[in-house]
Amino acid sequence: MMQVTVPYEEQEPPVSIAATRRATLFVSCIVDQIYPEIGLATAELLERQGVHVVVPDGLTCCGQMAFNAGFRAEAAHVATRTLERLRDGGDIIVPSGSCGAMIRHLYHELFAGTPQAALAGQVMHNTYEITEYLVDVLGVSDVGARYAGKIAYHDACHGLRFIGLGRQARTLLSHVADAEIVPLAGCEQCCGFGGLFALKQRAISEAMLADKLADIASTTCDLLVTGDASCMTQIAGGLSRRGSPVRARHIVEVLANSVDARRG
Amino acid sequence: MATHSIAFHERVDRALDDGSLQTALSRATDRFVTNRANALALVDDFDDLRARGRAIRASALAQLDDVLVRLSERIEARGGQVFWASDGDAARQYIVELARARNVRTIVKSKSMASEEIHLNDALEAAAFTVVETDLGEYIIQLAGETPSHIIAPCIHKTREEISELFQQHLGMPATDDIPTMTRTARTVLRQQFLRADMGISGVNFGVADAGAVVVVENEGNARLTTTAPRIHVAVMGIERVCERLEDLGVLLQLLARSATGQKLSVYTSILSGPRRADEPDGPDEFHLILLDNGRSQIMGGDYAEALLCIRCGACLNACPVYQSIGGHAYGGVYSGPIGAILTPLLQPELRDVHKLPQASSLCGACQSACPVKIAIPDMLLRLRADAVAAGKADAIERIAMAGWSQAMANPALYRAGGKLASLGTRLLAREGRIGWLPPPLDQWTRQRDFPPFAPRSFTELWAERQRRSAGDGR
Repeated sequence: MMQVTVPYEEQEPPVSIAATRRATLFVSCIVDQIYPEIGLATAELLERQGVHVVVPDGLTCCGQMAFNAGFRAEAAHVATRTLERLRDGGDIIVPSGSCGAMIRHLYHELFAGTPQAALAGQVMHNTYEITEYLVDVLGVSDVGARYAGKIAYHDACHGLRFIGLGRQARTLLSHVADAEIVPLAGCEQCCGFGGLFALKQRAISEAMLADKLADIASTTCDLLVTGDASCMTQIAGGLSRRGSPVRARHIVEVLANSVDARRG
Repeated sequence: MATHSIAFHERVDRALDDGSLQTALSRATDRFVTNRANALALVDDFDDLRARGRAIRASALAQLDDVLVRLSERIEARGGQVFWASDGDAARQYIVELARARNVRTIVKSKSMASEEIHLNDALEAAAFTVVETDLGEYIIQLAGETPSHIIAPCIHKTREEISELFQQHLGMPATDDIPTMTRTARTVLRQQFLRADMGISGVNFGVADAGAVVVVENEGNARLTTTAPRIHVAVMGIERVCERLEDLGVLLQLLARSATGQKLSVYTSILSGPRRADEPDGPDEFHLILLDNGRSQIMGGDYAEALLCIRCGACLNACPVYQSIGGHAYGGVYSGPIGAILTPLLQPELRDVHKLPQASSLCGACQSACPVKIAIPDMLLRLRADAVAAGKADAIERIAMAGWSQAMANPALYRAGGKLASLGTRLLAREGRIGWLPPPLDQWTRQRDFPPFAPRSFTELWAERQRRSAGDGR
């Protein structure tokens, strides 16, 4: 697989090279509705590696919110449609360790003993989180990104513990030109998001966020990077409410050069 | 404090507002987590040890009936007595009647979560026996009239300063928070109780079937005294706490000590196999083993059977960011933390708000990563949540929201329309790109956190436009 080491602005536009791979991009509901730039950055990262990106019509959500709340029938109703749209075969890429974990870890239980079990097995097998796909499947470590500033990385829990992510993101970040990666104490400690937990157990969620923000404040970072838009929303919401100068961004935004280094 | 009579949310709020509790918790859990990490680093392949521990536990549970029969036969062959207690009532009754029949007056106890589970002290005290907890942490909370808030560190919720006050008040100790002085004070008092006691009650860390023995581990020497000094020893063991062979302990004891306290081994490991024999200088005249079911056989073979693998090390509590925030009492049951959020609904379903305990988790999975036998705690929390919904315990707003959500997410036209509406609404509420207030119930988010507005155009729209554009470019 081609290894890209030149910054994006100096590269040839993608797609003109013959695409050797085809991948289905499932951006997740939160990215679709709130952070479309994360979806576009993910597509761009894949295309830069010569991957032909397909986005099936009508993809919405993996069903995790309902599943985690205990509403399994509702989750299955949504996830069944999602499965149908992902049935084409080939690699499926999600820019989220959490949605990835839902599909890879929990679809097994959700669809056990149902007519969709075999299809769910196929989709589980084909699904990758974006940093995992870049590093472990495509063998890329340098995507040619540049960020003039200090980055701290937060390991979002589901990706970390149910997919085994962390190493891949650090590999990719370590090759971001001009960026300094600063250590974050408690980087594997939950930020307190937890889906509806953030609303239903508000006080605990806030206490967990306060710990995370204190850890971030004790670094010299100007950018907090993580791999899940949901955790990013929790952390960013706490940072901005407290007037912190630190911004929170999804890792694909850094890798696709869509974060400008305002400070640095 | 009868925490179980208060609503779960109130218990949480109280815990979060309790500055002394917060200090005590963060001091202690930090120390536990660090010590555990250091102890793990000394093992070549801790994951392999965990896998072996899990296999040992799973194998014993897979043939539990047989393993328990082997254990009890061997203990009886050595002159011990075994009582199969189907529930807490049966166990309490047996112990109270035994104590009465033997003219017992003072009972010393070493740490036992099983005895907490069946509220044994209440029953013994109601029958006018003097009961003295001898584990230092248990002794402290007994003086305070409280219950344990951690599986292995029962008074983890107390600061040194609070303990000093207790000792001054109850033991006449001069004002000091010097730990050696406080420990010496407790030791002097407890020595007298060991010498006076007629009966010692202990828990059991592991029953070993083929050896016909029970294992008790501890760091203070109080369990050794409890099990040997009084003339009667009663050991209370949950029926699941067994392994088959003595050599299994090589794995299990390492896992337990390293996971619990970060020690390579606990200071004292006692392997007890019955009353004192004729040629032995010490030990009790009578040995009684209580095999406590109390709901465990109902859990066997079901969706929550994994919970029975638990060796009660407390690592999942220390690792849990929720436990670190609210401590053990907020859970309201005997067992707290992640494993307690599973065990309490199963073993104490009558408690108030018990179905809410599985919701007190962000599902971060730190518990499973810390568990020495790799119990899939998050998966079981999810199943318990599903059970609660199936039992009609979800509130009306949530049911309606979920029904609406699933219709919208499964119907692209509805999904698009909903997205447009949310985009419009959130952008109206946004100031400088962020939302500081959302209407109830979403105000739960915005009390301490901003929320981003939805995008003016979704990824789906932007992508479709990008595809049209590149088609227009003739690519």
